[in-house]
Amino acid sequence: MSKLRILVPVKRVIDYAIKPRVNKANTAVETIGVKHSMNPFDELSIEEAVRLRERKKVPVEDILAFSAGPAKSQDILRTAMAMGADRGIHVVEEKAELEPLCIAKLLQKVVEEEKSNLVILGKQSIDDDANQTGQMLAGLLNWPQATQASKVDIEGDTCTVTREVDGGVETLRAKLPMIITTDLRLNEPRYASLPNIMKAKKKPLQKKTLADFGLDGEKRLKTVRVEEPAARQGGGKVESVDGMISKLKELGAI
Amino acid sequence: MMPPIRNALLRQATTCLRQTQPTPHLHLSRNTTLQRLLSTLAILEQREGKLNHSSLAAVTAAQRMGGTIHGLLAGSNVKPVADEAAKVDGLEKILYIENSDYDKGLPENWAPMLVENIKKGGYTHVFAGHSAFGKNLLPRVAALMDVQQVSDITRIESEDTFTRPIYAGNAVLTVQSADTPKIVTVRGTAFPSGAAEGGSASVEEGVDPKTPCPTEWVSENLAKSDRPELGTATRVVSGGRGLKSKEEFDRLIPALADALGAAVGASRAAVDSGFADNSLQVGQTGKNVAPQLYLCAGISGAIQHLAGMKDSKVIACINKDADAPIFQVADVGLVGDLFETVPELTEKLGSQS
Repeated sequence: MSKLRILVPVKRVIDYAIKPRVNKANTAVETIGVKHSMNPFDELSIEEAVRLRERKKVPVEDILAFSAGPAKSQDILRTAMAMGADRGIHVVEEKAELEPLCIAKLLQKVVEEEKSNLVILGKQSIDDDANQTGQMLAGLLNWPQATQASKVDIEGDTCTVTREVDGGVETLRAKLPMIITTDLRLNEPRYASLPNIMKAKKKPLQKKTLADFGLDGEKRLKTVRVEEPAARQGGGKVESVDGMISKLKELGAI
Repeated sequence: MMPPIRNALLRQATTCLRQTQPTPHLHLSRNTTLQRLLSTLAILEQREGKLNHSSLAAVTAAQRMGGTIHGLLAGSNVKPVADEAAKVDGLEKILYIENSDYDKGLPENWAPMLVENIKKGGYTHVFAGHSAFGKNLLPRVAALMDVQQVSDITRIESEDTFTRPIYAGNAVLTVQSADTPKIVTVRGTAFPSGAAEGGSASVEEGVDPKTPCPTEWVSENLAKSDRPELGTATRVVSGGRGLKSKEEFDRLIPALADALGAAVGASRAAVDSGFADNSLQVGQTGKNVAPQLYLCAGISGAIQHLAGMKDSKVIACINKDADAPIFQVADVGLVGDLFETVPELTEKLGSQS
C-alpha cells in the first residue's frame, strides 16, 4: 500500500462575501484595498487532505499546500498550514494572474518533483469561475479525475468518489494516482486554532518562481474589457397576494 | 481541406479583415469569406438512447457564429440518436462513435477520442454545454491540445472574442483567444436550443482511438421528478432557509410549483439544512437558471444565489424582511410571512388554471 503524498493547490481570491467592483478603466476588478481570503473550495481541499490523515485508513506521508500569485498569497499558505498542511510552496508571481492552463502545467511539474500521488483541488475559484485547472492537470498527467466530489473514500490504492452531477450524484472508482476536485458538500472546513496558527509559522515554506519551472506565464487569452453586469431595476413591491398575481399577469409571467 | 491550410487561411482572412475594418469587431453576417472557413464541432449529449436537448445550446452558439457545424455523439446504440440529431437545424454533419465505453461520459477516454476527431476534422472551434459533462470533459481536452479554454460563455462577439461572467456574475469579462482550436463551453440559458427539426445533416462514423479508461463507473443516484428540469424550465419556484424545515419546504414549495407548472429550486442554505436535494441548488455553485418567471420564497438573495438566477426574465419574491437584498432585483416583491402567503398564492393560482 502506497503512502499518500497529497498536493493541495490553493488560491488567494477576493473574499466571497465582498461584492466586487469593476475599475473605471474597465480592464479588471478592483483588488487594491479589498479583503482577500482563501478560495472557499480550496479550504475544502485542505480539510479533506487533513481528514484523510486523521481517518488513518491510509497513511498520509505529506500534505503540501501550493499557491502561485503575489507575495500576499503567503498568508493563505500559512492558513493552509494552520489547518494541517505540512509545508508550502509559493510560486511568487506579481505581474499577472496566471491562467488555468499555465497553473496546470506548473502543478504537473510540482507533482513530478514532489512525487505526489493525489492532488485535491477546488472545483473552481470564485473569481474567474473557470472550473478548469483540475481537469487540465489530470489531462496533462494522464491521471484519472473525479471532479465535484462530495465524498471521498480511499482504501489501499483504490479511491471511490461520489460526484455531484446534474440531477443527482454518481460514484466512480479509480486507482491512485488521481486528481480530485471538491464540491461544497464534501466537508465543513475547520477553523485554524491560535496554537496551530503559531505552529504554522514554523512550517517550511519554499519560495520559487515560474522560471524555476521553465514556464513564462504568458497569457493565451487577452482581456478585451471587464464590465459591470446590466443592472436590474428591482424594488417593485406589492401589498398582497392578489397584488402579486395581478402584477405577474401584467408582466406576462403567468 | 487539410487542417493546417484551413488554419492558415483563417488567420489570413482575419488579418485582412482587421486591416480593412474600422472597428476590431468582426461583422460576421457580412463576412462570408471568414464564415466559410469557420468550422465548429458541437459536442452533443445523449442518455440511454435519448438526445439531451439542452446540449443543443452548443449548436445554437455555433450557429450565431456562422460557418459549418458538425455534431458529435458517442455511446452504445448511438446511431438512432445520431439520426435524430441530424434533424437539428443548422448541422451539416453528425459524427457518431458507437462504443459502450463512452456511455458514462468519462473524460479519461472521451478526451483522447475528441482530440482525434478534432484533429481529423480540422475544426477551428469546439463547443460544448457548460453542464456537469462539459465542465468535466472540455478542460481535459483543452490541456491535451494545449489550448486555454473559455468557460461558460454568454455571448459571442466574433470568431475569437467571447463574453463570460466572472466573480459570480458580478462582472462580465470579454476575452479574445489566439488559440487554435478555440475550446469553449456555453451557458445553456444564454443560448437556448431552437427546434430540433428542419435540418438534414449527413451521418458518419467518427474516429474511435479506443483509449482504455482507468476509471470505473460504479453507480448513480439521480433525483426522479415529473416536474420540468430545473436548468431549462420556463418557470422556477425556489425556497430558502425561511421555510424552516424540510416538512414545510415539501409542503409549500412543490405545491406552488405545481400550480405554476414550474421546476423546484432551492438556495444553498435550504440545501445545506437538508430541506432540499443538492441537485436543486440554484447559484454560483449550483445551477444557473434564466426562466421566464423565477418565484422565490424565504430567500434573502446572497450574491452567490443571485449569480444563478438574476438573468431570469421576471423575478418575484416573498420575504418577511423588507430589507432583504432579493427585493433589489425582484420585479415583484411581497413583504410578508411566507407560511401565509405561499399557500394563499398556491390556492389562487390553482383555482385560475
